[in-house]
Amino acid sequence: MKKNTEQLELEFQEKIDNEIKIEPKDWMPDAYRKNLIRQISQHAHSEVIGMQPEGNWITRAPSLRAKKILLAKIQDEGGHGLYLYSAAETLGVSRDTFLQWLHQGKAKYSSIFNYPTLNWADMGAIGWLVDGAAIVNQVSLQKTSYGPYSRAMVRICKEESFHQRQGYEIMTKMARGTKEQKQMAQDALNRFWWPALMMFGPHDSDSAHSSQSLKWKIKRESNDTLRQRFIDKTVPQAELIGLTVPDPDLELQPNGSYKTGEINWDEFWNVVKGNGPCNKQRLAHHKKAHDEGRWVREACLAFAEH
Amino acid sequence: MKNKLFKYTLRLGDNALILGHRLSENCSKGPYLEEDISITNTALDLLGQAEAFYKYAAQVEDAGRTEDDLAYKRPENEFYNLQLTEQPNGNFAHIQVRQFFIDAFNYYLFSQLKESKDPTLAAIAAKSLKEVTYHLRRSSEWMIRLGKGTPESNQKTQQALEDLWQFTHEMFVADEVDETLLKEGIAADLHKLKEHWDAKVNEILEQANLQRPEDGYHATGSKKGYHTEYLGYILAEMQYLPRAYPDAKW
Amino acid sequence: MKTKDNQGPLWEVFTQKKQGQPFRHSGSVHAYDKTLAIEAARDLFTRRNEGTGLWVVKSEFIIDVQPEEADSFFEPAKDKIYRHPTFYDMPDGVKNM
Repeated sequence: MKKNTEQLELEFQEKIDNEIKIEPKDWMPDAYRKNLIRQISQHAHSEVIGMQPEGNWITRAPSLRAKKILLAKIQDEGGHGLYLYSAAETLGVSRDTFLQWLHQGKAKYSSIFNYPTLNWADMGAIGWLVDGAAIVNQVSLQKTSYGPYSRAMVRICKEESFHQRQGYEIMTKMARGTKEQKQMAQDALNRFWWPALMMFGPHDSDSAHSSQSLKWKIKRESNDTLRQRFIDKTVPQAELIGLTVPDPDLELQPNGSYKTGEINWDEFWNVVKGNGPCNKQRLAHHKKAHDEGRWVREACLAFAEH
Repeated sequence: MKNKLFKYTLRLGDNALILGHRLSENCSKGPYLEEDISITNTALDLLGQAEAFYKYAAQVEDAGRTEDDLAYKRPENEFYNLQLTEQPNGNFAHIQVRQFFIDAFNYYLFSQLKESKDPTLAAIAAKSLKEVTYHLRRSSEWMIRLGKGTPESNQKTQQALEDLWQFTHEMFVADEVDETLLKEGIAADLHKLKEHWDAKVNEILEQANLQRPEDGYHATGSKKGYHTEYLGYILAEMQYLPRAYPDAKW
Repeated sequence: MKTKDNQGPLWEVFTQKKQGQPFRHSGSVHAYDKTLAIEAARDLFTRRNEGTGLWVVKSEFIIDVQPEEADSFFEPAKDKIYRHPTFYDMPDGVKNM
């Protein structure tokens, strides 16, 4: 009665091709599981580490309204990390193991969060560009083949919809504000534009995991397709509020799509490898909080055992 | 009268803002993710309360100031938050002990204020009471877990109680603002409040295997605008943008 | 891959959006005991006003159907089409049926 691996793999691919979601206890190829564990945990870590660059401005938010919104948004990122850790855990790895991998440098997170936030307009740029790029990716991932990941994405997309708008609102206020505010807005766009484009990952031709991920429908669209969608949405938004996209080669093509200059891939790989402006700081922050929380977690465990 | 109501309302707003600010500093530093998210809800409740009280204070004052002016343009000696609220986050025990002291205070305070003859204060208090009831539930549960958890957690929490106890006294010190408004049926009765607060604190500490600290030095002065050194730094950070760019709108 | 987990056990969270509606699975949280579990569930899954009711249950107590049993559990219901109203022939013009 036992089916051999080849048969199982065929049936598995057939399900994927028919858009039938894979659930935790279904048979799946080892490589599919590993690929998912890598991608979902990386996504979870990104949400959680992503709390820090914005957290950098909570105590300096310039109005009560801005303070509440920013805090709620950062809290959302934590919540999204939590949804994703839970989805990843259904693949048989505990959250503690994920955290260990993060702290040991075995797990990655999105490089965008290794850039510093240097002025208040950066809160706008992050919401508008970073969350904007993330949303393009996440909307596509709602249709991912793994059930728990797909459900987490649906929930996250629903909640993220305010993030980009609040970012663009800040950017608009800054771009239409005083001379100094406008400078801050342009400066933020200058610094975050290219890293935001890098968020979609290497070109399709250079992406190590891409083709298999697409076949298994872990990813639904390629890096370059998603990046182009983001660019085409975002450039007119920048123009609308009088900001200049920092790309001299940017060109509107007859088909309505924008052609951009080449991304600095040396910078991209450098930051991925740990040599970005804030890599060490971000990881140290997370590790410190985790280490300082140990006695609290131990107290809870001991109390629960009474 | 108007001035006293303004001051009274401002104090309520200041307590909420400064404690909310302290908690917001802790976002992304919690002992585990669920707790990080939970305590941020408390911070958001407090910021909402601050906004409501400031709006009303601005309206009472009727001098053209907004809630943001009150939060971002006042100097340190015009802030009237309890010194307890401005104490640094320290370790997790400090955060939860500070929270427990204030939650218990706020719970009985708003229970009284929801009956205030001032309808706006009564309405804000009624709304806030629901939030604070949950805060008190959470911080009480933390006292019990930390007190009964491990010897280390018990010792750290006992230390936090000792460190912060000196700041609890001033919660119950009534000045002429409190007394005048109490007579009018507007303000809370701090004597009654203290009885309830004492009973609650004793009850939870006993459940948590923690000792109520001995009374010693009492910090006081916040109702006159005197603070510990910590408040100045909070405001320097918080008010930096509106002060550096006074013409900017955010 | 199992290590000692110090985030506490996993709990499944169900929320009821409005009174009268069914409870739906929202996701899961880690918590050390039931009090912390219901609080974490409240703070995570109802912060956008998504709930008037909340259940949490330790994940280990959920019983589910194993994939290899799924056929025997669910396939037999597939051919009982007479359980559905569309199975029946109705004369043209009949109303309120």
